[in-house]
Amino acid sequence: MPTITYRDALNQALREEMQRDPKVFLMGEEVGLYQGAYKVSRGLLEEFGAQRVVDTPIAELGFAGVGVGAAMGGLRPVIEFMTWNFAVLALDQIVNSAAKMLYMSGGQIPIPIVFRGPNGAALQLSSQHSQAWESWLAHIPGLKVVAPATPYDAKGLLKAAIRDNNPVMVLEGEMLYNTKGEIPEGEILVPIGQAEVKREGKDVTLICHSKTVAVALKAADQLAQQGVAADVVDLRSLRPLDEPAILASVAKTNRAVVVEEGWPHCGVGAQVVDIIQRDAFDQLDAPVLRVTQADVPMPYNKLLERLAKPSPEKVVAAARRVLYLD
Amino acid sequence: MTTATAQPAEDRAQTELQRRMLREMLLIRRFEEKTAEAYALGKIGGFCHLYIGQEAVAVGVSAALRADDYVISSYREHGQALVRGIPANTVMAELCGKATGCSGGKGGSMHLFDAAKRFMGGHGIVGGHLPLATGLGFAIKYQGGDQVCVCFFGEAAVNIGAFHEALNMASVWKLPVIFLCENNRYGMGTAFERVAAVTDVVEHACSYDIAGEIVNGMDVLEMHHAAQRAIQRARKGGHPTLLEVRTYRFMGHSMSDPLHGVYRTKEEVEEQKKKDPISQLAHRLMEDGVLDQAAIDALDAEVHAEVEAAMQFADESPDPAPDELTSHVLAD
Amino acid sequence: MATKVVMEALSPTMEEGRLVKWTKRTGDAVKTGETLAEVETDKAIMELIARADGQLLQQAVPEGATVPVGNVVAYIGAPGETVAAAGAPAATSPAAAAATPASAAPIPAPAAGSPQPVVSPPPAIANRPAAAAVAAVAIAPADATRVKASPLAKRIAQDKGVDLRLILGSGPGGRVVMRDLDAAVPLSAATPALVPAEPRAAARAPAVIPGGAAYEDVPLTQIRKTIAKRLATSIGPIPHFFLTTEVDMERAAEAREALNQQLADQGPQAGKISFNDIVVKAVALALTRHRACNAWWQDDHIRYWNEVHLGMAVAVEDGLITPVIRNAAMKSLSQIAAESRELAQRARDRRLKPEEYTGATFSVSNLGMFDIDEFTAVINPPEAGIVAVGSIVPKPVVVDGQVTVRRRLRLTMSCDHRVIDGATGAVFLRTLKQMLENPLAMLL
Repeated sequence: MPTITYRDALNQALREEMQRDPKVFLMGEEVGLYQGAYKVSRGLLEEFGAQRVVDTPIAELGFAGVGVGAAMGGLRPVIEFMTWNFAVLALDQIVNSAAKMLYMSGGQIPIPIVFRGPNGAALQLSSQHSQAWESWLAHIPGLKVVAPATPYDAKGLLKAAIRDNNPVMVLEGEMLYNTKGEIPEGEILVPIGQAEVKREGKDVTLICHSKTVAVALKAADQLAQQGVAADVVDLRSLRPLDEPAILASVAKTNRAVVVEEGWPHCGVGAQVVDIIQRDAFDQLDAPVLRVTQADVPMPYNKLLERLAKPSPEKVVAAARRVLYLD
Repeated sequence: MTTATAQPAEDRAQTELQRRMLREMLLIRRFEEKTAEAYALGKIGGFCHLYIGQEAVAVGVSAALRADDYVISSYREHGQALVRGIPANTVMAELCGKATGCSGGKGGSMHLFDAAKRFMGGHGIVGGHLPLATGLGFAIKYQGGDQVCVCFFGEAAVNIGAFHEALNMASVWKLPVIFLCENNRYGMGTAFERVAAVTDVVEHACSYDIAGEIVNGMDVLEMHHAAQRAIQRARKGGHPTLLEVRTYRFMGHSMSDPLHGVYRTKEEVEEQKKKDPISQLAHRLMEDGVLDQAAIDALDAEVHAEVEAAMQFADESPDPAPDELTSHVLAD
Repeated sequence: MATKVVMEALSPTMEEGRLVKWTKRTGDAVKTGETLAEVETDKAIMELIARADGQLLQQAVPEGATVPVGNVVAYIGAPGETVAAAGAPAATSPAAAAATPASAAPIPAPAAGSPQPVVSPPPAIANRPAAAAVAAVAIAPADATRVKASPLAKRIAQDKGVDLRLILGSGPGGRVVMRDLDAAVPLSAATPALVPAEPRAAARAPAVIPGGAAYEDVPLTQIRKTIAKRLATSIGPIPHFFLTTEVDMERAAEAREALNQQLADQGPQAGKISFNDIVVKAVALALTRHRACNAWWQDDHIRYWNEVHLGMAVAVEDGLITPVIRNAAMKSLSQIAAESRELAQRARDRRLKPEEYTGATFSVSNLGMFDIDEFTAVINPPEAGIVAVGSIVPKPVVVDGQVTVRRRLRLTMSCDHRVIDGATGAVFLRTLKQMLENPLAMLL
C-alpha cells in the first residue's frame, strides 16, 4: 500500500473530484500560479486551467461570497482559505449566506460548497495565526464540519465533502501536511459524521480530533506502559458528531478524557461531554475531563507555546485521574 | 385619440410596453400600501421595508431582462420580486409567514426566493449579497452562458467592504453583472453625504475600471433604457456596469421608521412626491393619447382587486406545520 | 356607520402609543392617507394615517394620553353621524377623557381636591417556613445521609444487592467507585435465630492482648457514620422524655405457649411466635387507638398517620438497622412472626431495599435477649416515639394481697415532647400494658 503525505492526499482528492465533475472548481489565494501556499493544489492549474483553478485577490469575504453565489448558480466550488484565521473575515458569507440559504428559501437553493484550509496552531505563528475555529463553525446549523487527522481521512473526507450538497468546512492543519500515512489505491470515501477508533482499549476513552489524535496516541503508549489500555476515538466529524461511537466507547471503559486544541470555554469538547453525561450517565465511574489549549491567546515564545498546547503528559495525567490512580 | 391601426408595429410594442409598465408600477404601489396596512394590523411581523416611490426602478429593469437572467436583491425587495414574476399571492403569503409563501413561511419580508424565476433573494446583511452576485456572474461565465445577473442594493452599501471586493472581482474576471445602486439618499436615518467621502456613487466605477451611469430613477423609461444598455454590455462582452439610480422612498426606511421629521423634512418628502413615477408615466400616456383617465382608473381597480385577492389568499393560508421547523436545514 | 380609528402597531415591538398631537380637529374633513395625529411609539414619533374618507367625528383620546395598541382613538364618518360608544353627542367633548388629564400620565389622577390616590401595599407575602425535609412521596427515607457514589457504582450496587452505605469509598470525598464494589460480597447470616445475633462489632475489638499495641484505630464504615449522624441529630434537637411501666406477662406467656403448641402440630413450616412478635402486635394495635403517638414531627406541622408501620430495630454487623413491618396492626401474629424473621435475616445479609427500612411511623427496640432489665431508646426521626423492651424476668409481686412469682417485663417509652405530652404517652402505654397483660383485649 502506498504511503503518502496528508498534503498529497488532499491533492489527490481535489484532482480526482475535478476530473470526475466539471462543475467542481478551486478558488483561493495563491492556489493557481503559486501552486498553493502550502502546495496542496500543486499541479492543478496546469491540469485544469485558469477557469477552474482561480487565484483571488486578498478578499476573503468577497471570494467566499463569490463561491456561495457560484453554488447558487449551479457550480460546486472548493474555496481555500490560506488559513482559517482569515476566514473570520468571511464569516458573514459562511454563516448568513451559505448556512442559511436553503432554510430561508424554504428548501429551494442548496449550497454545495466546500471551504477548506489549515486550522489551529503551527509553530510560533503567534496569536493571530494560531486559532482553532472548530467551535465557531460547529455551532451553526446548516453547516457540516470535518477535521481529518490522517492522510487517509484527509482524502476520504475531502472527497465526501465535495460530493456533499451542503456547505462543508474542512479543517486541515499546517503541522499535518507533512505527516505520512498509508492509502490504498482506488476510490476512498469517508462518510461525514462517522468517527473511528484509532486504537482499541478497555480502560479509558480518549476522544480527540485533528492534531490531538497524535497526542492521544502518544498518551495511549505511555498509559500502556502503566498497565492502562486506552480506547482512542478520532471524531473525524465535528458536526455532525458520531454520538453512537462516543457512547459505545464510554460504555466499554466507563470513563473519558476529551482532547482538543481549541480553547476550553464553549469548545467542541464541551459538546462531547454533554453527550456523555446525558446519555451515558449510568456508565460513568468518574466525571469526564477535558484537555484543551490554555485559555489564552497563543504566545510567540516557543516554551510558552508548548505550555499552552495539549500534550501527551497532560492527557496521561487526566486519564490517571479518571482512573483514580492519582 | 390615435387609432391603433394607424400606429406602426414598433410604436404599438412601445405603448404596450409602457402600459404594462404602468400596471406593474401600480401593482407594486398598491401591494406595498396593502402591506403597510397588513403590518399595522399585526399580520406581518418583524422588519418590513417598503418600495413606495422606487417602483420605476424595478419595473424599468425587469422589462429589459430575460427569464433566464438572475436577479438578486437586498431586503427592500417586494417590488423586484413581484415584477420578476412571483405571484402577489405567494409574496403576500410569505410576508404573513404562511406555508404557501414563496419561501415556505421561513424567510419573511427580507428573504423572498423563487429559484425557478431566478429570483435569488432577499438578503438581510447590507452589502452581503454583492459577492453572491459576482458569484452568479462567475457561474454564468463558467458554464458558457449569455445570461446576466442584476444586483439591486442601496447607496449605503457602497461604504461596506463587500461592495468593493465584489466589484473588483467582477471587473478583474469580466463577469456579466449589473450592480444597480438605488440611491434614495438615506441609509436608514443617515443622509448619504454625512457618511460618504464620495457622494456620486457612479464615481466608484472608475476605481474598478467598469462602466458607470447615473440614471433618473423616477422616470421608468429612462431607467428602462439605461438597463438595456447595461444588460447588453454584460451579455455581449461580460463587462460589468455600476448604475447609480437616483430615486426616493416616500415612506420611512421600514415600518418602524417615521416618514419625516427626524432626518428629513416633510417639505422634502412632499417635494419628491411631485416626481411620483407612476403619475409621471400616467400623465405621459394620457398626453400621448394612449390611455385616458378612465382606462387608468380601470387599471388601478384591476390591480386593487389583485392585491385584495392576494391578501385574502394570505389570510386563508395555513401556517407551516410544526415539523417544518427542522426541515431544509441540510440538503440530502 | 362610523369607522373606528384604532391605535395601530407602528413598530414591531410597540404595545402602546402616546398620542402627542391631533393634526385633525373634530369636524375636519378627512381623506384616506391623510395624517390624523402624531403618535409616539417606543422608537420614534410616527404618523397615524386615516384609512377612510369622511369627517373626524370624535377624538376619543386627548393629547398626551397613552393608549394600548388596538384601542379606539377616534371615529370617522358622515357629518352629523352619532357615535354610539361614547354615549355623548358627537359635537361635545369626549366623555371618556374625563378622568385623564393632559399631563400624559397613563394612570387617571384623582379629581381635584381629593387626596393622593392610595396605593395599596403589595399583599404581604405569607411567611413560609423552610419546607419540611420530607418529600411529597408518602414514604420518605428515614435515612437522610447521601452516599457519594459514581453512577456506575450505584448501578452495580443495586444489581448486586449491596448496601452502598456499608461500602468504604476510595474516591474523592469518600466517593464509592466501581473498584470498591469489586471486593464487596454480601455476607451470609451467622444464625437463623429470631433474635438479633450478637453484634459482630465485638469481633473487631478483640480482647486486650498484654504487651500488644496500645490502641487500634478503625475507620468508620458507612453504616457507623450513618448511625452516628442520624442519632446525633436525634438526641440533640428532639426533646425526649421517658415513661416506664412494668407489665405482667403471665397471660401472654401462657398464650404464646398454647399458640406455639398449635403451630407445632401444623408442622415446622408453620413457624413460631416470639414474645417480640406479641409486643409488636400489641404496640401496633395500641397505636391505632392512640393516633397521637403514631406521628411524625415535620417542623411546621405534625403528620398523624392512620396507618401503622412499625420499625423493628435489628442488630447487624457493626451496626443497627430498622426494617419496617408495614400495616402491622392489620397483620396476624403469624404474619408478623414470619415477616420479622425474614426482614431480620435480610437485614443481616445487607439485602434490604430502601423501602423496607424507611417509612416507619413508630419503632420498637428489644434488648431483652441480652438480659437488659430496661433501657431508654433514642427516637428515629421523624417518628415521635419508640418503645424499648427489656427482658422477661420472674419476680415476686403482690397479687390479691399475696406474694407470688410472676414473669414481668419492663417497657420504656421515649417520646418527642413536641408531639407527645406526658399524659398522651401515658395513656398509650397503659393501653399497651393492658393488651399485653390480657392478650384477648387485643381483640376488642
